Amino acid sequence: MFELFKNLAKWLTSGSQWAGTDGIAHRLAEHLQYSLLATLIAAAIGLPLGLLIGHTGKGAFLAINLASFGRALPTVGLVVLVFLASGLSMWPVYIALVALAVPSIVTNTYAGMTAVDPDVKDAARGQGMRGHQVLFQVELPLALPLIMTGLRLALIQVVSTATVAAYVSFGGLGRFVFDGLAQRDLVQVLGGAVLVAVVAIVLDLGLSGLQRFLFRHRTA
Amino acid sequence: MTIDWSWIGDHTDDLTSLTFSHLQAALTAVFLGLLISLPLAVVAHRVRPLRGFLLGLSNVLFTIPSIAIFVLLLPISGLTRTTTVIGLTVYTLVVLLRNTVEGLDSVPAKTKEAAKAMGTRPLRTLLTVELPLALPVIMAGVRIATVMSISLVSVATYIGDGGLGQLFTDGFQRDFPTPVIVGVVLTLLLAVVADAALVALQYVLTPWKRRRA
Repeated sequence: MFELFKNLAKWLTSGSQWAGTDGIAHRLAEHLQYSLLATLIAAAIGLPLGLLIGHTGKGAFLAINLASFGRALPTVGLVVLVFLASGLSMWPVYIALVALAVPSIVTNTYAGMTAVDPDVKDAARGQGMRGHQVLFQVELPLALPLIMTGLRLALIQVVSTATVAAYVSFGGLGRFVFDGLAQRDLVQVLGGAVLVAVVAIVLDLGLSGLQRFLFRHRTA
Repeated sequence: MTIDWSWIGDHTDDLTSLTFSHLQAALTAVFLGLLISLPLAVVAHRVRPLRGFLLGLSNVLFTIPSIAIFVLLLPISGLTRTTTVIGLTVYTLVVLLRNTVEGLDSVPAKTKEAAKAMGTRPLRTLLTVELPLALPVIMAGVRIATVMSISLVSVATYIGDGGLGQLFTDGFQRDFPTPVIVGVVLTLLLAVVADAALVALQYVLTPWKRRRA
């Protein structure tokens, strides 16, 4: 066990392991690129959808059940299926990453919107605010903490799914895990897993730090 | 993409045993998760300083991608069912712990005071007053944890287990979509059936809710 840790530490810190197109630095950049881009696209789709459903109250059933459906979907199966169905090309896998991230954004945005005190909305309307003003100046700011929670969940989900997607020859840090498993190279497998775990935790801490920074003036 | 129906007909025995193995892994994990999180939640509920620590720790564990958790367990438990169950259990903790703590928090202070005034001892109050009243919130957590575990079991296919997840690797290696489609559908079905069973269980366990409704 001690020998294994020593080799793992050597693998993670050796310069040659970090260099090149199959080195850690490049795989790390790939993983970050997939994760951030997929989450951004998912946010561009999920946020307006969640805001619309929350503001109008229409489609609430969809917003509530989308999350449980997303939780129940086996990501491995979905990624493999999309890959096989699309004639073994990579872009559809990217789309699957986005699709799996959308539900938690929609559901949490909707939950944040419904948690806004109806009296506050009434007061805003009573002051003569129009629908879009109530939405952007009252509901959205009050719903932001839960919206951020949804974004964090989506980001974790994408980091995780991108790792699994390495199985269908996607890039990113998952490559080390699957190449290592294929070559029976436990050090490489563990190294990949450690890196993925660190990336997930650091990204989540980063977003929660951003959240705290944005709401630093708010009490409660 | 077409489905090869005859493949399904030829493999009903395999599909049945994979489904059971899948369900067994998921349910064992939820059961162990409950066994661990119930006492931890009682501690977190009563000892304020530990609350943030326990919830924060389970949150960090939840952040780690499932494949990484399974793989990191390999030096300890190897390519076995044990690895699958430990990994899944770690994942259930965040939901079960948070919901059980919130459930205990939701018990009205007056109810606890009434129990105390009637001379009920603390352990008995916990078992016969607090936990039953917290049950709806705890069960909501159990339902989420169960559906999540059923979906996650398939990731363990990469470490040689994975129940229905084996259909995904099998289909990928042979470039044959039928097993993959069947695996996704069966996993979703399992999740729906298990969730419905838990709703029914909650109905049976909380008779006082029925009378009011």
